[in-house]
Amino acid sequence: MWTTFLDALLLQAGYNAALVAVGAALLGVAAGTTGTFLVLRKRALVSDAIAHATLPGIGLAFICMIALGGDGRNLAGLMLGSALTAAAGLLLVAWISRATRLSEDAAIGAVLSVFFGFGIVLLTLIQTMSSGRQAGLDGLLLGSTAGMLFQDGIIIAVGGALAVAAVFALRRPMTLVAFDAEFAKASGWNVGYIDLAIMGLVLGVTVIGLKIVGLILIVAMLIIPAVSARFWTERTEHVVLGAGLIGGLSGYVGAALSASAPAVPTGPIIVLVCAFLFVLSLLFAPIRGVLASLLRHRRFQVRVHRRQGLLALAHSEAIHDRMTLAVLRRDGLIRADGVATDIGRAQAAKALLDERRWEIVRQLQFAEGAKANFDGLTPIEGVLTKDELAEVDRRLGPLSIVGG
Amino acid sequence: MGSEFVMLSLTPILIGILASIACALPGNFLVLRRQALIGDAISHVVLPGIVVAFLLTGTVASLPMMIGAAGAATIAVILIETIKRLGRIEPGAAMGVVFTSMFAGGVLLLEQSDTSSVHLDVEHALMGNLESLVWFAADGWSSLLDPVALAALPPELPRIAAVCALVAGLTYLFWRPLKISTFDEGFAQSMGIPTTAISIGLVIAAAVAAVAAFDAVGSIIVIAMFICPPAAARLMTNRLEVQVGWSTVFAVVSAVLGYVFAGYGPLWLGGQHAVSAAGMIATVSGVILGLACLFGPQRKRVGEAATD
Repeated sequence: MWTTFLDALLLQAGYNAALVAVGAALLGVAAGTTGTFLVLRKRALVSDAIAHATLPGIGLAFICMIALGGDGRNLAGLMLGSALTAAAGLLLVAWISRATRLSEDAAIGAVLSVFFGFGIVLLTLIQTMSSGRQAGLDGLLLGSTAGMLFQDGIIIAVGGALAVAAVFALRRPMTLVAFDAEFAKASGWNVGYIDLAIMGLVLGVTVIGLKIVGLILIVAMLIIPAVSARFWTERTEHVVLGAGLIGGLSGYVGAALSASAPAVPTGPIIVLVCAFLFVLSLLFAPIRGVLASLLRHRRFQVRVHRRQGLLALAHSEAIHDRMTLAVLRRDGLIRADGVATDIGRAQAAKALLDERRWEIVRQLQFAEGAKANFDGLTPIEGVLTKDELAEVDRRLGPLSIVGG
Repeated sequence: MGSEFVMLSLTPILIGILASIACALPGNFLVLRRQALIGDAISHVVLPGIVVAFLLTGTVASLPMMIGAAGAATIAVILIETIKRLGRIEPGAAMGVVFTSMFAGGVLLLEQSDTSSVHLDVEHALMGNLESLVWFAADGWSSLLDPVALAALPPELPRIAAVCALVAGLTYLFWRPLKISTFDEGFAQSMGIPTTAISIGLVIAAAVAAVAAFDAVGSIIVIAMFICPPAAARLMTNRLEVQVGWSTVFAVVSAVLGYVFAGYGPLWLGGQHAVSAAGMIATVSGVILGLACLFGPQRKRVGEAATD
């Protein structure tokens, strides 16, 4: 299994597997970048309605193609049919939430379940219509790349590349609308059209992803990369890039993994690779990750204990808190028996001076901004200007009390 | 409409009706609280819970499955909250991350483990097997009074009946706090109603209904019934009591018409085989919602004219 996986990863597992891996990577990039705008626009789950609404289109397209004497499994035909009903589902969600008192989430859930239910009805109809020939349609639920045709691979790769190009071309207006629709409107953009473009791209990605990821899980490829990338950066263009990277990597690695387990649907594997990358981001991202938050909290805790310990030293009070003692000892501010060292005494004096200075500052009418941000930990020199500090020290009077 | 009906159709219709009502009742509150998609999320995460329960116990007994599904739903809710808080991410996206990942994990587990001996596969999870829940021991309406035949009822029927009764009983019991906390959470808190407990309880009740219904009718009906009948009922009236009444009626009508259309519709149109009852029930509920959207007397928002 490992050798197959490595082969597939290096595009050595045969022409078909290589095609699937490239197609899946392109799809992942397209889904990740498109999904970023969807998530930023706070409409992530609309994509779930779009995805589920493709099923009746698939069924209808199959029936039409059979009725016209063609091959019902022609991917291009199925994609066209699915795009039509997905668009109908999207319009219905918009219409229900606009024309009635129902909220958008109710509209999403209703469209999703009803379209999917009707799709299942059509699938059972097809099953009885021409037994055996519908085998390919089940694969579109969860993705199946085993025995994918060359032309299907080309359609997916070209479609993915087109979607990426469209995202690149529309990135500016889409970013603007995702962040501040009002401002975008005032700047002369037609927000309705741009929203439509975002949804159109989502629809395109969904349809392209039918064969590889399947309609039930494509929503994961739209949402998870964007949410993961959000942990790493605060800048939109970086989120878009990161989401594209995460999506592409998941698609590529997932497709390679599935090449070594052909009986298993491709969609869940790709999604789980993506979920793994999400967990990594959640835990280890430098700014918003769990580990970074814990470290930040710990550093803050140490600063508070250090400050309180120094003030206690300055007032010659006994320190009982274990963590405070540990922090002071570690920094060489007290000896093992709890008596302050020279450095400790100096820093304690400074802490006390700062405390007195703050008392003065609070009574004065300046540095309002600094007062609002006062956390009792930042050295006062970092908050006030030199002139302000001189004024404070003048009012404080001679520093006779400090030095103990 | 004789013995054949009792044997083949009576129990599926009853199970369909009971499952629909069990989901529609909590659905009323979920729709009003703008938590409609919780039903969607729950019905996805139930799958890994059931698969894990099966792998641990090796049987498809209902109790371990229920516990597994409830555990999975709890884990999902905790994960969604964690991701929302840590990543400061909108609830919809957090939900999308969790339920799709868990569903993918469930599918993979299912495909990797040997479940060929038991009735457990993705298709079954999505579509249910309503049509197969027939009452073989019945030979006519008289069987309803025959203890031997009654003992051979499909076990799904008493189970879903019990859950439906439980959900109805809880709704009746907690009616006042539920209603007040749904419409005005701040006011409910000031009255001393534990709103957090009520809202968690509602999600748990929805999960129990979803799991029981999932077992018998599959996840499509579960999602459709959580949303469509209550949403349609919402467009009929401004009173919660009346809305719950309408939603029950819509749920029953969807279940009965859906089953009948699926079983007999193709025959009327000259076909030979029935189509998926679960899919058809969802479709009928969607048609009802569509009609309510077009003609429901209270379809507009307050303040908008409903004249056109």
